[in-house]
Amino acid sequence: MALLQTIDLKRYFGETRAVDNVNLSIEEREFVSLVGPNGAGKTSLINVISALLQAESGKIIFKGEDITRLSVTERVKAGIARSFQLVNVFDDLTTFDNVALAIFSREGKTAHLGTLAHLDHAVADEADRILNQFGLAAKRGDNARDLAQGERKLLDVALAYALKPKLLFLDEPTSGVSTRDKAQIMDTIASVVRGEGITAVIVEHDMDVVFKYSDRIVVMAQGAILAQGTPDEIRKNEQVAMVLLGSSGPDAFTRKD
Amino acid sequence: MPAARTGPSLLMVLVVALPVIAALAVLPRLVDLYQTELLIYGLTFAIAALGFNLLLGYTGLLSFGHSAYFGMGAYTVAFIVRDLHVQSMELCILGGLLSTLVISALFGYVCVRHTRIFFGILTLALSQVLWSLAFKFFWVTGGTDGIRVPRTGVTLLAGLIDFKGSGSYQKFVYAYYYYVLGLFVLATVIMWVIVHSPFGKALQAIRDNEIRAAFVGIRVRRYRWLAFVISGCFTGLAGVLWVPLNGLTTPEILYWPFSGEIVFMTVLGGFRTFAGPIVGAIAFNYLKVYAVASSQYWQMVLGCVLVVLVMLLPTGIVGTLARLAAKLRRG
Repeated sequence: MALLQTIDLKRYFGETRAVDNVNLSIEEREFVSLVGPNGAGKTSLINVISALLQAESGKIIFKGEDITRLSVTERVKAGIARSFQLVNVFDDLTTFDNVALAIFSREGKTAHLGTLAHLDHAVADEADRILNQFGLAAKRGDNARDLAQGERKLLDVALAYALKPKLLFLDEPTSGVSTRDKAQIMDTIASVVRGEGITAVIVEHDMDVVFKYSDRIVVMAQGAILAQGTPDEIRKNEQVAMVLLGSSGPDAFTRKD
Repeated sequence: MPAARTGPSLLMVLVVALPVIAALAVLPRLVDLYQTELLIYGLTFAIAALGFNLLLGYTGLLSFGHSAYFGMGAYTVAFIVRDLHVQSMELCILGGLLSTLVISALFGYVCVRHTRIFFGILTLALSQVLWSLAFKFFWVTGGTDGIRVPRTGVTLLAGLIDFKGSGSYQKFVYAYYYYVLGLFVLATVIMWVIVHSPFGKALQAIRDNEIRAAFVGIRVRRYRWLAFVISGCFTGLAGVLWVPLNGLTTPEILYWPFSGEIVFMTVLGGFRTFAGPIVGAIAFNYLKVYAVASSQYWQMVLGCVLVVLVMLLPTGIVGTLARLAAKLRRG
């Protein structure tokens, strides 16, 4: 049984079909890339699955349960976490507190108001471990707003990761960062996700990144799924090359023009 | 070597707090009766502002209706003393906390469905409902005359200390000072633990970014509601303690300008610091008393202070001092 399945999922904005009858299936431990031109509906699809947007019709089945009507926090508790295209962290909290908060929340400890947060050593140790994994240990005492863009991107992902989700959506984790940072961010994410056996769905524009890390690639256009398959299958798909690059041919994805 | 924790060092907190408490404890020996009385007012307002700032500084919600909870506490004491003939201050505190708990839970339930200006307007509107009740139902509340709560009518520490007979005024001021100081320290410790607890961190996360807070699994509305209730109870406790000192409760403390004064105190001290509201409340109390004594245009004096404050010291007294201290440390 698939970990996540969407059935005829729809979300329109007026006339625009942001998510149009999407039937997507994600298997456990898969690393799936969601690609497509701007406005293809990638982020909208993630927004609907993570409950930032409500579905107009259709169903979302997660671990065999219908979660279509669940709230954001209920879906988080069920095991779905996400990061955001525009960095979305707690700017006035320290890097450490950002991650620690996610752990407190996961463990149902955020309702505790009679204990001091920084004296919970189990949480602190785990937060430090995660900051280490993401290369943010040196910045643990800095407020999130003072981090560099690449570090903020990583913190955004670390926040979602700290929830120990079954399914992790990453919306353009490398947008707006330098090429050097991009490779480092992707390597970090891939090692963490593969190491923990987390199922990940990543929205990404850089096809080199997509081909390098994905088990499966899902191509979207105009709100619908255009094609899906392994990196090799997608590389050879002329229709996909036309939509993504505006040209086709056997080496469309490797040609640098 | 374990990495350094990012939380506050308990030792540092004690180094700052203990001398302040010690100074407050010996102050009545050094100043006269009137100054002691002013300090009691300052300490009660400090409890109110401390509660208010859980919403403003830590949850990011600006309430313009905290007079409601202060007034609710005050009127509850007045009813208890007048109608139930209860004298024990401890029972009054219990009753006052219970009534503010109920009213802030009710009002908060409505208000936390909104944020920003809508939240502010709702808190203001609801507080004015209470004001108009106190104003119009004069056969219950005494209308504009209010309800008298004579200090001879209350006892402290389960009846151990009463204030009847000659010299009782002096005795009241000194005993009540330490009573309020004790509760102020207790309230401050409780609030300090709350804002440094996982719950307090969750509130700050909601303040910073409510959408992301939901996406790490925090039930934003419920937590705002809880913060609202705690905030209301602290301000309610302040109202309870204020009544015997003032000797009288009138609809004025339910009226919106008093909500504005609580906002003023907090901004004066600095709402982004824990101690800001405390310093602000005590400073504001002196400021107002001396402005009223020195000029019939005292509102204008306070208005000017507010303008200067917002323009020159947006982080308030404590925020500015903290920045200066940090600058000095860096050299």
